Amino acid sequence: MSAPPGVHASGPRILVFSTNNISDPGIDLAGSAHMHYPASVVVISLPCSSGVKPSWIVHALERGFDGVFIAADGGDCAYLSDCTDRTGKVVQEAQRLLTERGGDPRRLKMAAVCSVCAESFASHMEKFHAALAKLEPASAGGSHG
Amino acid sequence: MSDDTPTPRRIGVFICHCGGNISDYVDVEQVRQAVAGEAEVVTAKTTMFACSDAAQQEMTEAITQDNLDGIVVASCSPKLHLFTFRAMADRAGLNPYRYVQANIREQCSWAHRGEMPAATAKATAIVRAAVARAEASEPLATMRIETQPRALVLGAGVAGLRAALALADMGLTVTIAERAQRPGGWAATFGRTFARDRSGAEMVEELLRRVHEHEHITLFTGAELIEKSGSVGDFTAVLRVANGDTVTLNVGAIVVATGFQDYQPTVGEFGWGLPDVVTLPQYKRMLDAGQGLHRADGRPVKTVTFLYCVGSRQGEEVERPNRYCSRYCCTAACHAGIVSAEQAPGLHQVHLFRDMRTYGKYELLYEEAQRAGAVFLRWDPEEPPVVASDAGGLTVRVKDRLLGGEELEIPTDLLVLVTGMVPRENATLLNALKLPLGGDGFFNEIHPKLRPVETVANGVFIAGTAQGPKTIAESVASSLAAVSKTAALLLKGYVDLEPFVAEVDEERCTWCGKCLDACPYKAIEKVAVAGKEVARIIPALCKGCGGCALPCAENAIDVKGYTDEQVLGMIDALLEEAAE
Repeated sequence: MSAPPGVHASGPRILVFSTNNISDPGIDLAGSAHMHYPASVVVISLPCSSGVKPSWIVHALERGFDGVFIAADGGDCAYLSDCTDRTGKVVQEAQRLLTERGGDPRRLKMAAVCSVCAESFASHMEKFHAALAKLEPASAGGSHG
Repeated sequence: MSDDTPTPRRIGVFICHCGGNISDYVDVEQVRQAVAGEAEVVTAKTTMFACSDAAQQEMTEAITQDNLDGIVVASCSPKLHLFTFRAMADRAGLNPYRYVQANIREQCSWAHRGEMPAATAKATAIVRAAVARAEASEPLATMRIETQPRALVLGAGVAGLRAALALADMGLTVTIAERAQRPGGWAATFGRTFARDRSGAEMVEELLRRVHEHEHITLFTGAELIEKSGSVGDFTAVLRVANGDTVTLNVGAIVVATGFQDYQPTVGEFGWGLPDVVTLPQYKRMLDAGQGLHRADGRPVKTVTFLYCVGSRQGEEVERPNRYCSRYCCTAACHAGIVSAEQAPGLHQVHLFRDMRTYGKYELLYEEAQRAGAVFLRWDPEEPPVVASDAGGLTVRVKDRLLGGEELEIPTDLLVLVTGMVPRENATLLNALKLPLGGDGFFNEIHPKLRPVETVANGVFIAGTAQGPKTIAESVASSLAAVSKTAALLLKGYVDLEPFVAEVDEERCTWCGKCLDACPYKAIEKVAVAGKEVARIIPALCKGCGGCALPCAENAIDVKGYTDEQVLGMIDALLEEAAE
């Protein structure tokens, strides 16, 4: 009865950075609508996706996450009209750091997820999960997904 | 950043069954056991409904009895009960910002049904991360700011006038600034309007009469906002008024009701530029004039054709398409059809529509227009109508979808392009307000459902069509919503601001100025501390987005509540389960 193998049971572990007002409600909606996405996806919600620090992404991947996904505010951001560009720069900087440290930049993805984009979130997760499973395993992973 | 108290933190964890919404898919007892073993967790309990009075009572008792200095409630999304549990912590004497909500319903049990082991492991990870965040939490205090009992309303259209009257009736002092030389906005130019045929001009006249009589309202025309400084509750607003002078106001809140512009077709777009091709607002003025309908050459109009969706719902064929539906035009065109039939019996009317969006009770107007003799044909955006003109006059060629795409040629005396609404161009205002625009170019609310008139700029509210296409009725409803938010803010006399603002580590900061450039809210200033220039955040102006952190090469900026220590702690905690 005890959860045998833990979260990694369902393959690649994905850390999502979401945003309190835009993408996190979209992710909530995926749950409310009982849409399926891998249980190895976990979420940390922040005020705005342009506030994700590249160092957090590097830390997450080096400590054991197989992928990091930024569920960005996109054009809906209530804080910054150029949020997409700024979040893009976060991604660039994190990928530069990752490459420099021998990591695989493909383990970082970003897409705008709006406050009702439940379906698109679930599908992003399924696809990213599948793509990560095909990469050189960063850690022991199961096969189903 | 954390004080160096050697005493370990004392965290309490409450895990909610949510009836069975969580516990049917997550083994909550197993989650409890897993986190109860964490070093700084002194109490871990499960509860049937964490939000119930009884459960909240139990939590407040635990806070006192176990001397908790942090609390985690693992239940639903924070969008539902964040404030419930913050208030609970506050009642028990625990700093509310030492409470952390763990979302194990929307983001776990509901999303992973039928996978209990995996869902349980994920819930455990989520709760562990929340504990880590609580452990690194600091007591934060809201910032209390006294509010000025005065409001500035931008725009003297129907939304702005209605807002000003409602605010002044509540005892607030109101200044209205209208950019045009005459107040009244669009509604003042309309005769009969749907749904009840009330004249727009008369309605505005009545509102203006009351505004002029009101001792607490001042109306400036030919005036625009050129500068805004200060923050919620206490803004300084500078208007440039008609004679070129400036007027400086001290107001607690600003209502933006600057309205829309009607879409101007480009030359050649559905025959625009040809004689006898007019837009819907132009046609309405012809009707309102009551002089009968005439062609440019003076001959009477026997056939009028309405072409819908001009400037709305555009696709890739346009460089910067207006993708949205303008919402009012289908109904306005049907209504214009009804009025036309009354004024010109025997007039032939053809309405070429894409989809009929006379939503809600306006559907009755669509039916009424049909009964009045208007013929409706539906066209396909793949093959839009084509307008041509020759010596005989205008012809519209259209493939009717209901006739299987058969092409019809409609000779017409007058073609009315049913144009939509577009955002008003107002660079001066945008620059002064620093409000973000949505993808469609209209002002953006914080949340379309839950916070529909608030903007990211605290104390600045949006009303009417400045926010997006609306009918007059919807404009007034949104204007009164903005009034209620404004009055709730100003009548209370003070405002408490969330403390999740950025913070600069002055030891690390070397003042390069990059954070200043990254902040559109002017929330960063340069100060000298012990002979060293450093950046400092102005808390009342900071929105807490964290956008200033990226360019900081020294990693000297954190957002409170989302510090490096907290986020890195959460990442490690999320991985703990797998690492074991």
